[in-house]
Amino acid sequence: MQISINWYLLLSAVLFTIGVLGVLFRRNAIIIFMSIELMLNAVNLLLVAFSSYLSDSKGQVFVFFIMAVAAAEVAVGLAILMSVYRNSKSTDINSLNKLKG
Amino acid sequence: MIKLVGLVPLLPLVGFLIIGFFGKKLSKGLAGVIGSAAVFAAFAVAVGIFFELNGQADKSVTVPLFSWITAGKLSVPFSFLIDPLSSLFLLIITGIGFLIHVYSTAYMHDDEGFSRFFAYLNLFIFFMLLLVLGSNYLIMFVGWEGVGLCSYLLIGFWFKNTAYNNAAKKAFIMNRIGDLGFLLGIILIFVTFGSISYHEVFEQAKSYATGTPVLTAIALLLFVGAMGKSAQLPLYTWLPDAMAGPTPVSALIHAATMVTAGIYMIARSNILYTLSPDAMSVVAIIGVCTALFAATIGLAQNDIKKVLAYSTVSQLGYMFLALGVGAYTGAVFHVMTHAFFKALLFLGAGSVIHAMSGEQDIRKMGGLKKYIPITQMTFLIGTLAISGFPGFSGFFSKDEILAHAYEHNKVLWFVGILTAGMTTFYMFRLYFLTFKGTFRGTHEQEHHLHESPKAMTIPLIILAVLSLLGGLIGIPEVLGGRHFLEEFLKPVFEDSSFRLVHHLSHNTEYILMAVAVAVMAGSIWYAYKTYVTDKTVPAESEEELNPLHKLVYRKYMVDELYESIITKPLNFIGEGLHKVVDNQIVDGVVNGCGYVVNGVSGVIRKAQTGNIGFYVFVMVISIVLILFTQLF
Repeated sequence: MQISINWYLLLSAVLFTIGVLGVLFRRNAIIIFMSIELMLNAVNLLLVAFSSYLSDSKGQVFVFFIMAVAAAEVAVGLAILMSVYRNSKSTDINSLNKLKG
Repeated sequence: MIKLVGLVPLLPLVGFLIIGFFGKKLSKGLAGVIGSAAVFAAFAVAVGIFFELNGQADKSVTVPLFSWITAGKLSVPFSFLIDPLSSLFLLIITGIGFLIHVYSTAYMHDDEGFSRFFAYLNLFIFFMLLLVLGSNYLIMFVGWEGVGLCSYLLIGFWFKNTAYNNAAKKAFIMNRIGDLGFLLGIILIFVTFGSISYHEVFEQAKSYATGTPVLTAIALLLFVGAMGKSAQLPLYTWLPDAMAGPTPVSALIHAATMVTAGIYMIARSNILYTLSPDAMSVVAIIGVCTALFAATIGLAQNDIKKVLAYSTVSQLGYMFLALGVGAYTGAVFHVMTHAFFKALLFLGAGSVIHAMSGEQDIRKMGGLKKYIPITQMTFLIGTLAISGFPGFSGFFSKDEILAHAYEHNKVLWFVGILTAGMTTFYMFRLYFLTFKGTFRGTHEQEHHLHESPKAMTIPLIILAVLSLLGGLIGIPEVLGGRHFLEEFLKPVFEDSSFRLVHHLSHNTEYILMAVAVAVMAGSIWYAYKTYVTDKTVPAESEEELNPLHKLVYRKYMVDELYESIITKPLNFIGEGLHKVVDNQIVDGVVNGCGYVVNGVSGVIRKAQTGNIGFYVFVMVISIVLILFTQLF
């Protein structure tokens, strides 16, 4: 049975929205980080779905790139988080308000 | 030699560059020698040019050097014009310039700015030569501005004294007023004739009818320039103040050469003036008024250099009178003789001041004859020459001017002869108070009195000989001469001279001469009676003077008048503009920008809470909004 493209779209939108809401409402930096990953993967899903739908491999190639970049980004982001935690003994983003104008 | 004319201004320029750049490294003697040698070499070339020109038939040679400005219709080559008028001025400038350089080596010997002084003097000579050599009005203008600059630098030579600096600024600013007129005149010439080279302008001007308004306008505008440079009413007040400069500067710039630039310019443009009788009348009237006005002020001054300064203004007025009545040769003749005797008188005054250890007040002098005999002799010759004593140079030139004035308008002649009488009186007053009677200075000054060194007395003697004999090149026909100068200058003025007919009977000329001599003799007698027989000495304090005398002593309060009608209102307007436009409007706009940025950022920065969740929220909302506006 062929799953129509609409479902993929819907799933992707739901995942993305969960990610956005997670970024907006959670205060733990690690959760926020995971939410960002969720958003990225929602987009990846969309790319793969359209790639298959349009029989064009460019989308899948692109996804590999995104995953590679995301892995690098995670490495950097987690390193930042580590140093934040060392300084403030917490991963609550509300404690990061030192640049307040 | 004419081919080498480029060397004439180049040599002083090289002198200026060497002394100007390496002045600190040169010894005083070397700086003086380089400065004097540069001018002497220029003089030697000028003599060669003079004789070559005199010997050849072509009396107007243009020597092109390079193409200078080419823009649209305007094409200005940098070229020199050699004709009798410019070659005569070359001789005067370089000859007298050289003597004054030599004099300065001794006069300025103890001054710390010695090499700077010679650098400026050489630069001045360069610009003055450019002024008279240029073959178009633009080169003349460059020289004209250049000599103004050098005049400023040299008046304010002792720049540590505020009063001297003010005098320098005054000279510069007043000259600038005149220069504006001159520049407008040049522009009008270009608009009218489409060229600014003398040849083309005068060639075209000849075809205009006498009294064409545009010619009158050009002539008057050029005359405004001459008024400033040659210190005529109402722009004369800078010249007496210019005496703040060292005495050789007064002799060279403010008596012999620069101030005669206005006369040179009008004599050069003689055809433009001949064709506009109204402008000529203005020139004559301004000239004669200045002559009389300055002479009356000269009667009451007690500063030796001030008397000579007013006398210079007065004599310049005489030259303009000559130009105004069409006696172009007479004006140039008087420029020459005046350069001799006025340079002599100024240098003599410098020698007196040198002997008096810097004292300039003639009330504190007296009886100097036995201390400084050479200065006294030469000063007497200068005084006789300026008074027009028969046989001396001033006699011939002044007589020629007065004869032409008489023929033109008897009132002009009368004022002229009155001025001549006053001139004689104040010059002999100066002479008697300085050299006759008994010494009135301090004991210390008396002890220090001495004759000046040879470097000062020899130029004095040479100038005295010139003042004595300089008139011989212009002995009029009526006295059995053949007026070499008039013959020589004929090619320059021939287009004008057939339009201005001159004829006076010989008897009238004899009578005029007799009157002039009688007036002069009377003045000398009166001065002798007052200052030698009666031993009058001008009052020490102003309070003892009667009101008229006081008014004259205060120079008719002209400076105060200018102060109150021009300087004060200008200052007032300036103050007003400063307070309203500058402080309120301009500063308001600038400060206002600052206030607005400050205020707005004060509000906006509240948004920068430091709360990352809030930032992200705003970002998401914004993206959603943008998407919505893009999509729908």
